[in-house]
Amino acid sequence: MDETAALELKHISKYFGSVAANKDIDLTLKRGEILALLGENGSGKTTLMNMISGIYYPDEGRIFVNGEEAVISSPQDAFRYRIGMVHQHFKLIDIFTAAQNIVLGAGGKRGISHINEEVKEIAEKYGFEIDPKKKIYDMSVSEKQTVEIVKVLYRGADILILDEPTAVLTPQETEKLFAVMRAMKADGKSIIIITHKLNEVMAISDRVAVLRKGEYIGCVDTAGTDPAALTEMMVGEKVTLNIARPKPHLERPLLEIRDLTINNDEGSRAIENLSFFIRGGEILGVAGIAGCGQRELCETIAGLRKAESGGIYHEGESILGLSPRAITARGVAMSFIPEDRLGMGLAPSMSVTDNMMLKNYQDHGYGLKEEPVSEDDPPEVAKKKAARNKFISFLNRHCPFVDRKKARAEAEHIIEELDIVTPSTETPVRRLSGGNVQKVLLGREILTEPNVLITAYPVRGLDINSSYLIYDILNRQKEAGTGILFIGEDLDVMLALCDKIMVLCHGKMMGVVHADKTTKEQLGLMMAGALDLEEEKGKPMGVAKDSRIGEDQA
Amino acid sequence: MISFLTSAIEFGVIFLLGCVGEILTEKSGHLNLGIPGIMCMGAAGGCLGVKLCYLASPTPNAFLVVLMGILFAMLFAGALGGIYGVLTVSLRSNQNVTGLACTIFGVGFTSFFLNNAVLTEGVSANLSQAGLNFFNAPLPGANSLGWFGTIFLNHGVLVYLAIVIAVIAAVTLRYTKAGLNLRAIGESPATADAVGINVTRYKYTAIILGAAVAGLGGLTYVMDYMNGIVGSTVDQTIQGIGWLCIALVIFTMWRPALAILGSILFGALYILASYIKGISFVQMSLLNMIPFAVTILVLIVTSIIGNRETQPPASLGLSYFREDR
Repeated sequence: MDETAALELKHISKYFGSVAANKDIDLTLKRGEILALLGENGSGKTTLMNMISGIYYPDEGRIFVNGEEAVISSPQDAFRYRIGMVHQHFKLIDIFTAAQNIVLGAGGKRGISHINEEVKEIAEKYGFEIDPKKKIYDMSVSEKQTVEIVKVLYRGADILILDEPTAVLTPQETEKLFAVMRAMKADGKSIIIITHKLNEVMAISDRVAVLRKGEYIGCVDTAGTDPAALTEMMVGEKVTLNIARPKPHLERPLLEIRDLTINNDEGSRAIENLSFFIRGGEILGVAGIAGCGQRELCETIAGLRKAESGGIYHEGESILGLSPRAITARGVAMSFIPEDRLGMGLAPSMSVTDNMMLKNYQDHGYGLKEEPVSEDDPPEVAKKKAARNKFISFLNRHCPFVDRKKARAEAEHIIEELDIVTPSTETPVRRLSGGNVQKVLLGREILTEPNVLITAYPVRGLDINSSYLIYDILNRQKEAGTGILFIGEDLDVMLALCDKIMVLCHGKMMGVVHADKTTKEQLGLMMAGALDLEEEKGKPMGVAKDSRIGEDQA
Repeated sequence: MISFLTSAIEFGVIFLLGCVGEILTEKSGHLNLGIPGIMCMGAAGGCLGVKLCYLASPTPNAFLVVLMGILFAMLFAGALGGIYGVLTVSLRSNQNVTGLACTIFGVGFTSFFLNNAVLTEGVSANLSQAGLNFFNAPLPGANSLGWFGTIFLNHGVLVYLAIVIAVIAAVTLRYTKAGLNLRAIGESPATADAVGINVTRYKYTAIILGAAVAGLGGLTYVMDYMNGIVGSTVDQTIQGIGWLCIALVIFTMWRPALAILGSILFGALYILASYIKGISFVQMSLLNMIPFAVTILVLIVTSIIGNRETQPPASLGLSYFREDR
């Protein structure tokens, strides 16, 4: 057996702006082995793999393929070095057949009609099931993945990179994939598989390489390790953060989720049978690998997405199926910071004032005051007043004009309150720095005086100081009695800030733990699906005993 | 009736050329609303090409006249298509806005160019003086084969060229690797890029070639249908035809082969009003509206059926930038 490594990375670094996505990484892939690449969100796994497959070009370091230095500056270069990557989001043309997709851009000499046979050949060799003439839009997720893998093999790849291939598969489909991977390995192909699931790492890989926060932590033989050791490598030492955590004063649950099941855009399960509750005055953290249904959960609570089954109750009343505006009116506010920060919630080219108005322009009526009906009023006066109040509120609600003055005052208020750095209230939001944009979004949600605040990734991309300001804002809300659902990324932060932490793993609840009684390792194991408190205790943890929901409703 | 069908085909190919040009462009993911302007440019360029021949010699070679007309029409139209390409492919500007700007430019340019006596005087005068419009020469057998000859053979060279172009486009898109690559780009440029297709080159080729083909539509209108006589409202008429071409693309569900039949239908509907005697202005307007109405009908029907094959290219109207995430 030839001992030269199939692929060797030396001192690879990649920076996005001033942020290092990968820092001085060494990695070796031996011939005919399956290497698992393990790491938390944002640990730089996909970035690293994108550099091997030609999507990105490394800022520093060198890549060797079969012992010779390789310059990979485009996907075509990668194919020349016989490297093929199956991306997490499939790159397939929906209206083409499997065969057409496979041959696309391959530039072979033979015509499209011959492809069917060649595809069948490859499929038989490794034990795939594939119908070359089937259109992609008729295919299931696992069939699409098969097409992607065959596409890479058809181009003669010897080194395969699979980016979270099992994230979208059922356990049976995963088994099939693993069988195919073993067949490919037996054929001498070298495979790198990115995954979060520790049990899969243990089942399929020969060696495991671990990345953490863009740095290479180490590489161990799978046979000589166990999930606990891997988790420790993945999450690292606990960092003590000095985030204040005021003691929650318990209230009855404000928001309750019962047996909620949600589908994602592709129609597969995003959230399965989830039950939990948020009390007033507490912060419930939601931990989980990215794409475990956090987004779908937020959208469903906010009324933007349909639930398949289950219920959402706010103060004991179902809010499932209400319009987003009606849900907001009940006091449920959401601030979701997507990866690109500006994608959801704010209109980038509109000013701070305009963005304030987006959510509550309907309250900006003529500003006519209703006259309170006092108890000493004689009945006919009270009746008159009530009728007039009704008319005034009608006028206010149906006012065609917006009240910019009030909105500007609100904008000024949050700018001062949250210390937002902006030249004026009329500056387009897109020109503010990331932290200030996030403060505007959070500030607007707080301004509606919600009693339930859902906030997803509020400190995404922020520096330490801005992050602390955001934690401060959240804590102030908590002390005011608001129930907060905090969907976070950084476990250290969640351990310091949240009162309780709920862990999701691929849409399933792994359990709810008290932040001061748990460890980072425990959370890590739960996130990776290796520890399920739900199963252990045999009873659902997410159901409140002092629920506001009546027996008949639940 | 026979003369009606003859005219329908003759007018239909104007739609056909504009439509096939736009299909090629849209298959690359670019919605070119500049087609009316580009067709005008084709007409202007064609006139210039023909005039140059007559300037060189009072009795020019018929083949040369036709060739120069075609070449200059494609050149002018292709140039405007190129401008559209630079703006939308390389500079990634908004396709709708850019396309409309191209229409405004092309129509304005043609209006100025063709209504300027110095430039166009020679064109129409010389054609009638020669006693024969070379573009209109019928095929042999047109007069001896009865109604068949009159309907199908009694056309100028551009009519047959148009049908040949449509067939070539249909075959290329459906059966060749280049066609597969182009369709892939229109569906998902990121995917095409990832498998090593040169997205930018394909887009430019499709846009410029599409514009050149559409430009021939303008040439056909002036040289064939109008017999080389350039009226003062020619730019307005071609503009109207151009919008119908874009509607026809939707009507034929992005298929050049279907476009051959669709364009003849549109041609028939377009001239129908002038063949029915004694109808009022309102009735005439209603008749002229039919092409637009059936296009909307097709849109509704295909949307309801929801078959993926009859939908527009998935990334139509979207700019592509590799480093977008």
